[in-house]
Amino acid sequence: MSVDRPGTAAHPLRVVIVGAGPTGFYAADQLLRQEGLIVEIDMFDRVPTPFGLVRYGVAPDHQKIKAVTVAFDKIASHPRFRFYGSVELGKHLSVDDLRAHYHQIFYATGAQSDRRMGIPGEDLKGSHPATEFVAWYNGHPDYQDLQFDLSAERVAVVGVGNVAIDVARILSRTPEELAKTDISDQAFEALRRSAVKEVYLLGRRGPAQAAFTNPELKELGELAGADVVVDPREVELDPLSRAALAKAPDRATSKKTEMLQAYANGVVSGKPRTLVIRFLVSPLEVIGNAAGEVTAMKLVRNELYQTPTGTLQPRATEQVETLPVGLVFRSVGYRGVPLPGVPFNDKWAVILNEKGRVLDPVSKQPAVGEYTGGWIKRGPSGVIGTNKPDAAETVTCMLEDLAQHAILHPPAPGAAAADALVRSRQPQCLSYDDWRQLDRQEIERGRAQGRPRVKFTRLDEILGALRAGNR
Amino acid sequence: MTIATILARKGVKVVTIRPEQTLREALALLAQHSIGAVLVCDAAGALVGILSERDIVREAVRNELFFERPVSTIMTKDVITGQPNDDLNAAAVTMTNKRFRHLPVLDAGKIVGVISLGDIAKAQRDEYLGEIDTLQTQLLGERAS
Repeated sequence: MSVDRPGTAAHPLRVVIVGAGPTGFYAADQLLRQEGLIVEIDMFDRVPTPFGLVRYGVAPDHQKIKAVTVAFDKIASHPRFRFYGSVELGKHLSVDDLRAHYHQIFYATGAQSDRRMGIPGEDLKGSHPATEFVAWYNGHPDYQDLQFDLSAERVAVVGVGNVAIDVARILSRTPEELAKTDISDQAFEALRRSAVKEVYLLGRRGPAQAAFTNPELKELGELAGADVVVDPREVELDPLSRAALAKAPDRATSKKTEMLQAYANGVVSGKPRTLVIRFLVSPLEVIGNAAGEVTAMKLVRNELYQTPTGTLQPRATEQVETLPVGLVFRSVGYRGVPLPGVPFNDKWAVILNEKGRVLDPVSKQPAVGEYTGGWIKRGPSGVIGTNKPDAAETVTCMLEDLAQHAILHPPAPGAAAADALVRSRQPQCLSYDDWRQLDRQEIERGRAQGRPRVKFTRLDEILGALRAGNR
Repeated sequence: MTIATILARKGVKVVTIRPEQTLREALALLAQHSIGAVLVCDAAGALVGILSERDIVREAVRNELFFERPVSTIMTKDVITGQPNDDLNAAAVTMTNKRFRHLPVLDAGKIVGVISLGDIAKAQRDEYLGEIDTLQTQLLGERAS
């Protein structure tokens, strides 16, 4: 009867996942674990290697967080899972190509861009998105030609989320500390010669509202070559924050403010660098010289006010100051970018969706067979693991729709046809076995230097390593 | 986490009704969309009130023949609203303390969505589940190495 419902050995459900980051792997795992359902998964990524931000976002000195790839590697070992690296939607394959070969499409491309501060001088020489710096020091192949002038002695990092903390911490690490990480060789060399002496983290709200988490804050106090400096006046809780904490006590927030107060009262031990955490300041302008290079930032002091929901938001006062800096990194949030042929919700910078079902922009009804998960579904929030329940919500929708026969009906639903198409469009695509070989070589190179791995950072380098390995 | 995180995966649909429409029509909307509250907007689209299941239950007990009455007679007029960059945790505390379950969200005066206490509970649960999962992975990874 139900010959046309795929999911059997003779007629597997064919799913394509666009994006090989955590969400893609969690979704693949959840689909492959369904009892009584035979699913075949093809996963594409526009970069040659899998794991998305775990490889290119998570800081190189946070190897424990990167250990999640062990779980992803197990998922990739499933016989009905295939990975294709260096394959980009809109360049090598179109959404129509996917519709012709798969029953269900899952977009998990993350947030590839960053939010702007929206102030004058933002694009001066020496003012960068933190995300580009992160991709550069992590060896992302698309960012290796960027230049960061680390001859500046003072650097501002705008934002107090975990990305901002990562950037400030990497800038403050000693060469000895960095030498134990898998930071790219190019970034290691540049940071080894860095003249940076003072790093300023700038938060627009108070300590109780800062987005960074306590382990990250604690880690700053353990840096070998940098003292943490906090102005006692800026970490004293304002009456509104104190009242909010009294009304809804929260251990993590109390602990965070305690730690900050301890930094404020601590003795500066005279380490070569200082990392200054500022609160209640917003950048008004990046100031440059005649050559268009950053020389300072104009900051305004904020006060907090309470919105009707009880949120404490910042409001500018009249108090303005100038902070001389030669380098600025903005870290005020990631932002999703539209995929060619996929409906986008500009307001939230996500794929237009309801619980992960992609919606048709005109009818606002689900677009049959198209789904999304992760940051391109909900915006950039949470830790790596947050994408697991997020992916599960979408997979539940996929299974419900399959049960209702609301799937695509591809004319060429065979694994061989899809493979042939991908290889014809991108002959240089990488398989998961290719990745395993690269992984072995990177770890091997690292072993000699006492590092977790030494990354291949450019496409020609990666292809060369594979050719050498296959010889 | 902010309110925008929830709105991002809720599509763009916001169910509204006019104040002069009947409570029967309001009930039909609640049932049709499986929602617990409907926003009441005037002809210009401005938010003038909110009508929840609870408002209707309260009225039904008082007066069984309430179906033909206009929405405006029992809606809540002093609506507390949120903005997309408000904190979810703060909103949850306020909604629990002030005992309301639906929060209309305005951006520069325009309605951009509604979030419920249920939405917040789910988002907070997912956040905690994610943190536990990530911490476990790190601990297990540490032991393995």
